[in-house]
Amino acid sequence: MSNQTLPLPRPVDVINTGLGRRRAAERRFRLYGVAAITLALIFLVLLFISIIGKGYTAFWQTQIQMEATLAPELLDIADPADRNQVMAANYGAVMKAALRQAFPEVSGRAEQRQLFALVSSGAEDVLRQRLLDDPSLLGQTVSLWVPAGSDIDMVRKGHIDRSLPESERRVSDQELAWMDELAQQGRIEQRFNWNFLTGGDSRSPEQAGIWGAVVGSFLTLAVTMLLSFPLGAAAAVYLEEFAPKNRLTDIIEVNINNLAAVPSIVFGLLGLAVFINIFGLPRSAPLVGGLVLTLMTLPTIIIAGRAALKSVPPSIREAALGVGASPLQTVTNHVLPLAMPGILTGMIIGMARALGETAPLLMIGMVAFIVDVPKGIFDPATALPVQIYLWADSPELGFAERTSAAIMVLLVFLLSMNALAVILRRRFERRW
Amino acid sequence: METSMNETQQQAKETVFRAPDRGDLQATATVDREVRRTVGEARVADPRIRCNDINVYYGTAQAIKNVNLDVGRNEVLAMIGPSGCGKSTFLRCLNRMNDTIDGCRVTGDILLDERNINAKEIDVVPLRAQVGMVFQKPNPFPKSIWENVAFGPRIHGLARSRAQLDEVVESSLRRAGLWDEVKDRLDKPGTGLSGGQQQRLCIARTIAVQPEVILMDEPCSALDPISTAKIEELIDELRQQFSICIVTHSMQQAARVSQRTAYFHLGDLIEVGNTEQIFTNPNHKLTEDYITGRFG
Ligand SMILES: Nc1ncnc2c1ncn2[C@@H]1O[C@H](COP(=O)(O)OP(=O)(O)OP(=O)(O)O)[C@@H](O)[C@H]1O
Ligand SMILES: [Mg+2]
Repeated sequence: MSNQTLPLPRPVDVINTGLGRRRAAERRFRLYGVAAITLALIFLVLLFISIIGKGYTAFWQTQIQMEATLAPELLDIADPADRNQVMAANYGAVMKAALRQAFPEVSGRAEQRQLFALVSSGAEDVLRQRLLDDPSLLGQTVSLWVPAGSDIDMVRKGHIDRSLPESERRVSDQELAWMDELAQQGRIEQRFNWNFLTGGDSRSPEQAGIWGAVVGSFLTLAVTMLLSFPLGAAAAVYLEEFAPKNRLTDIIEVNINNLAAVPSIVFGLLGLAVFINIFGLPRSAPLVGGLVLTLMTLPTIIIAGRAALKSVPPSIREAALGVGASPLQTVTNHVLPLAMPGILTGMIIGMARALGETAPLLMIGMVAFIVDVPKGIFDPATALPVQIYLWADSPELGFAERTSAAIMVLLVFLLSMNALAVILRRRFERRW
Repeated sequence: METSMNETQQQAKETVFRAPDRGDLQATATVDREVRRTVGEARVADPRIRCNDINVYYGTAQAIKNVNLDVGRNEVLAMIGPSGCGKSTFLRCLNRMNDTIDGCRVTGDILLDERNINAKEIDVVPLRAQVGMVFQKPNPFPKSIWENVAFGPRIHGLARSRAQLDEVVESSLRRAGLWDEVKDRLDKPGTGLSGGQQQRLCIARTIAVQPEVILMDEPCSALDPISTAKIEELIDELRQQFSICIVTHSMQQAARVSQRTAYFHLGDLIEVGNTEQIFTNPNHKLTEDYITGRFG
């Protein structure tokens, strides 16, 4: 028995015995992948539900219909043709008179103050705009919808619980009674909150808008992109295609990799020291923000760009050089177009990071309270993530929904930016 | 169409003076296997290219050892030898393509029409237009077929107008035997062609800049016999004006197209001489081993 030579097993049989194990490993690996993605999706959905659930109400605004008499003596307008007088007129007095007229039974200073808080101070802007549009209204009684005060807004949106005892809620029974009376008369309504999408920041939550921050972010990112893309792509091309490979370029490479890992707040401090203190550029300006974010995104773009250039097959370079193309012609005609999708991917990553960056902007003063929508890269401005930070930090209840709404706007901004980049990348994509 | 193919093959056959037949060669070589000095006539009377003491190093590894070799006018020089012996490396010296490889160093003089093209101050851009190259692996640009061929003439300003470029593209593709297959899809990517078609596209791209010397690194290794015959015909036609160096693993091909043949072995130029003599009566034992199939 032992002398007999055992027949060698056929390789096919050996392979088959191990096959079950291999298949199991494969299945397991796929399962892990699916599990990981499912988990990520669940968190994403939770995030969206929570943000949208909290934030969607900010896109609606409670408005109250008022009958206001634009009495010249109250407004203190002597000459209705004088725009300056119309601009500076005392619309608060008109609004107060209108409220007193709507609720004639109210007396006493404290009660009256509560009554005046029914409508937002933004109502004055509505009145002013109305009179500016049509000066002939002076002296007449007009009916108009004005934004409600933040507390009323919060009650109507259900953010303040009416069933709580009066001592535990911000809104008094008296205010609720006024509100219900207006509601009964059909003079209170939820309307789409255009002001949130088109206005600048404000101290009062019901008047605060996101547009100022959107424009600030847009200007900042425009500066960042215009500077970092050409600089980053050029640096990547030079280092990868032209620079001699020696110790100096090695050191540069190591340092670029290190810079990509430097905390962004350090870039903010650098920007403060260099751009503002030495170059004397204006504080809080999108220009400085863009410069700082450029410093921050450059390493990302350079690293991604070099990787993209490296992945272009050397045979393409040889082919171009072989027919006598100069190194620059080789790069611009053949290598760069092939590397472009990769470079653009690097830029998307860099820009997405820049869009969400808050810390360096705090350092250069883009955290200031700015009401006006910036008109250029030298105007004081803030940015979306900074606005979110500011609102999240505010004690007023009305800012909570605005914080979530601002996050929604930021996400939309991010999505449209990425969509644009993907479209761009598609146009450059080529196979080889 | 059918008849023209047959004619092509016919012509190709006629240029064969003797397809070396392994085994029936008598062992007549006299130079021993250990000898590394070049046997045979490395020099010609009126050379187009003259190489003096060429050494090539990849880092510290020497890939070409002290090679002296001439390429004559209107001559096809075939380079044969086992894989890895340095044929491509030597070929790439002749248009300075080795410059593009990090750590590659070429010493010695390469005189093209009496001008040392291995000198530092030589501008490689016009040189590479003058000395064109077809690479071992087909490497079309991932652009349209038209763009592939038109690129060279355009960057060198050889054609002024689109119409002139069209002409150059058509004539180049015709000479490379590709025109009939691609004339309806010149705007389609060159990378979408078959391997053999790609190689012919690369040949068309090279001849479109009208080089005076053409280096071909195994141009037919991916081609069928009919395309091969066309390329060999083209080589014969180009030879009337220019010089051609061709690396090939097919000894039949070397015998068919070349006037002189050089045999490389591990970086040494072992033997060079008349193609007929090399294949019928090699002097070096290593050459004999190789062409009789005892090596490689
Ligand atoms: N880029 C490179 N870096 C380092 N060594 C190289 C490089 N290219 C070639 N070599 C080496 O140089 C020697 C000659 O290579 P070469 O490509 O010239 O051979 P070949 O004769 O063309 O071979 P084949 O017939 O297979 O194409 C080989 O030993 C190879 O390993
Ligand atoms: Mg080779």
